[in-house]
Parts: sequence; C-alpha cells; structure tokens
Amino acid sequence: MHCLDSYLFVSAAMFVLGLLAVVTRKNAVSILMGIELMLNAGALNFVAFSRFSTANLDGHVAALFILIIAAAEAAVALAIFLNLYRLKATSEVDKANLLRG
Amino acid sequence: MNILGEIVFWVFVLLTIGSSMVVVFHSRIIYSAFALLFTFFGIAGLYVFLAADFLAASQVLIYVGGILTLIIFGVFMTTKITTLSIPQLTHHRYIALIPIGLVFYALVHMIFKTSWPVNVLDVGPTTQMLGQLLLTKYLVPFELASVLLLAALVGAMRLARMFREAD
Repeated sequence: MHCLDSYLFVSAAMFVLGLLAVVTRKNAVSILMGIELMLNAGALNFVAFSRFSTANLDGHVAALFILIIAAAEAAVALAIFLNLYRLKATSEVDKANLLRG
Repeated sequence: MNILGEIVFWVFVLLTIGSSMVVVFHSRIIYSAFALLFTFFGIAGLYVFLAADFLAASQVLIYVGGILTLIIFGVFMTTKITTLSIPQLTHHRYIALIPIGLVFYALVHMIFKTSWPVNVLDVGPTTQMLGQLLLTKYLVPFELASVLLLAALVGAMRLARMFREAD
C-alpha cells in the first residue's frame, strides 16, 4: 500500500530537479520548465495531504489555483522571452543585461 | 490495493521522475520540452491514484493542452534550428549539485522522520464538491483568479505586440 510518504518523495524529487534546472540552465525557456516542475511538485503535495492528512478538499482547491497561476505565468513569461529574443537575438538570460550600469 | 495497482503506481512514479530528469539534464531544449509532456502525464496519473479526478483531467487539459503548447511554441520562436544542439548548461552545474543535493537530503529526511497525521479522505467524484467550495468558501480567490487571468492575457498580448507596433 503506497502512502503519503511515497507521494511526498516524488514531490520532493521533482521540486529538487526543478530547482536544479532553474539554477543551472542558461536558456530562459528551460528555466520556465524548471519553474513548472516546482509548481507541479507543490500541487502534488497539496493533493497528497488533502487525501491522506486533512480529509477535506481544500488541497484540491489550492492545486487548482496553482494551475491557474502557472497558466498566467507561462503566458507572460513567453511574451517577455519573445521581446528578449527580438532585442538580443538570444534566449539566454545572461545576455539580458540592458539595465546593467 | 491489489498488486496490479501497485505496479501501475510505480510505473507512474518512474515516468514522472525519469522524465523530469530528462527535462533537467538533456542538452537539447526541444527534448526537454517533450519530456515535460511525460512528466505532466505522470502527475495526472498520480492525481488519479489520489482520487482527484477533476484535477487529473484539468492537469491534462491545461498543462498538456495549454502550457506545454506555449512552451514548445516558445522554444521554436526563440531558438534557431542551427543552435538546437548547443548544450544549454552552464559551467556551474557540478557546483550546484552539492547544495541542491543537501536540500534533497533534508527534504527526504524530514519526510520520513515526521509522523504525519493520518486522516484518509474517501469520497467519490470530487467535481461537485470542488464546485461548491469554489463558489462558497473560496469565492473571493476564485474571482481574483479570473481577474488575474484577464490581466495576464491583456499584458501578454501587449508585451508580444510592443515591437511590432513600433516598427
């Protein structure tokens, strides 16, 4: 019988992998993918606790709001990346240094 | 839970973690984007095991149908075909592995040492209860979320067309 611990372990692994992507990747779209991994890990945690620990559906609602935030964030982030690409002809975050003095 | 259910559960776990590793470690960004598809499907499968039927369906619809399409679109818009094979990692990859490994160790240690309160929820289909929660207890965040989505929509369109109008 799989229990809360196995879901929390999967979620922790996904969160750490997403963090690794955010820290090590240069490409802006890869960083966005890392953020999506971390958001998914958080949502999985909410649903797992809702099933095994709190016994109500509040965790499901929280996961639903994470879904909404992720959608809004992806749309705005990609619009920003498109502008970065038009300005600098690259999507590497190191090259976004227009505000550097 | 029968033995077949166990096998399917661990297949979903392996699918999720394995494809997340491909997302993080593959040097070609387009392969990362497609591996993210399998991660999202694996998470949807885990939602099914958690009896979250509505969330599993919306995970597939919104993440796979919406966000992943946007991400792949972004990959194609911002990457030249000739640069697809250039490694996307920085030089600090192995230095970053140490603190992040420590974070992972701390998380796993915490997960298995804590005795979580056990209070198993056993309900049928969750869609009706979720709808009632969204229109009673969570009405204000729900409406705020729709305003946020509208603002993101308008803002993203404005940002994406900013330079086309200037030309």
